[in-house]
Amino acid sequence: MSKASLAPATGTLMHGKRGVVMGVANDRSIAWAIANACAAQGAELAFTYQGEALGKRVRPLAESVGSDIVLPCDVSDDAAIDATFAEIERIWGKIDFLVHAIGWADKQFLRGRYVDTPRDAFLTAMDISCYSFTAVAKRAAAMMNPGGSMLTLTYLGGERWMPHYNVMGVAKAALEASVRYMAADLGPDNIRVNAISAGPIMTLAANGIGDFRYILRWNQLNAPMERNVTLDDVGGSGLYFLSSLSSGVTGETHHVDCGYHIVGMKNPNAPDIAVAGAGD
Amino acid sequence: MSEIADKVKKIVVEHLGVEESKVTPDASFIDDLGADSLDTVELVMAFEEAFSVEIPEDAAEKISTVKDAIDYIEKQKAA
Repeated sequence: MSKASLAPATGTLMHGKRGVVMGVANDRSIAWAIANACAAQGAELAFTYQGEALGKRVRPLAESVGSDIVLPCDVSDDAAIDATFAEIERIWGKIDFLVHAIGWADKQFLRGRYVDTPRDAFLTAMDISCYSFTAVAKRAAAMMNPGGSMLTLTYLGGERWMPHYNVMGVAKAALEASVRYMAADLGPDNIRVNAISAGPIMTLAANGIGDFRYILRWNQLNAPMERNVTLDDVGGSGLYFLSSLSSGVTGETHHVDCGYHIVGMKNPNAPDIAVAGAGD
Repeated sequence: MSEIADKVKKIVVEHLGVEESKVTPDASFIDDLGADSLDTVELVMAFEEAFSVEIPEDAAEKISTVKDAIDYIEKQKAA
């Protein structure tokens, strides 16, 4: 596919800092934009992936930012998480930041009614999309330097109803609550925990959400900035959270959505759009 | 060969890293060109972007060969 073009600001903000990035799928991934923004400021990176289909996509990206630490990590398995972090500790000793960009729900339940979600689909979505951050945060905190920062990704569907987002919305609400509890737990160690709530971006994962193109179009027309967020927008905000620029910020769910989260009603200037993908 | 067919072929060659000669109309992305299931999703996303068309999921599921992709996009562009 055509390469997503990233243009991160270069500098030395992250010089001497090492971080683990979990959940890059390809060059459209939000986690990749954040990793790239950190690398452009001098950070050293390690990447983890779930399954070889993703591993083969992550390796060339890691290489492009000078990283040769690319490890499998099945976040549904505590022993696998232990092994991954033990390996990172063996190589680096300490880390300075963690990016968690992992979520999953059976696509079958990302359309229709939330109320129809069966128990097993609910528990899996909760496990992978919420608990995995708690599980990796515990391991990461044990080897994190003071001043360290952890960041996860969420979406407005965790605060308000969004069509089709369903069980992921419920899992994101729990994830955002877990950010606040971990911020309190880890604050005394001078480790910060935050979430970025990004506006919709067409990633591989978003492709599984029903009518995602309609959601993109709606946001573009109705966000105060009258556009959708870009990967660079989120990359820059991610850099802020992972660097010392945000040294006094923890427990936050920060919206990087061109202002969409403040909107209460359709922009009067926006045309009525009836069908998915109307216009471009 | 149409302009659309040319562009489709180019995207497939680029994305899957295969020889141009292998990208024949009947070539199946998965069976002949070594694509995995994520590749097929990425290809559809690349087509959508390159041609400014929408390929909904039920249509995307039916696109398994190079010709399937060309036919679908040509039909959308003609509409």
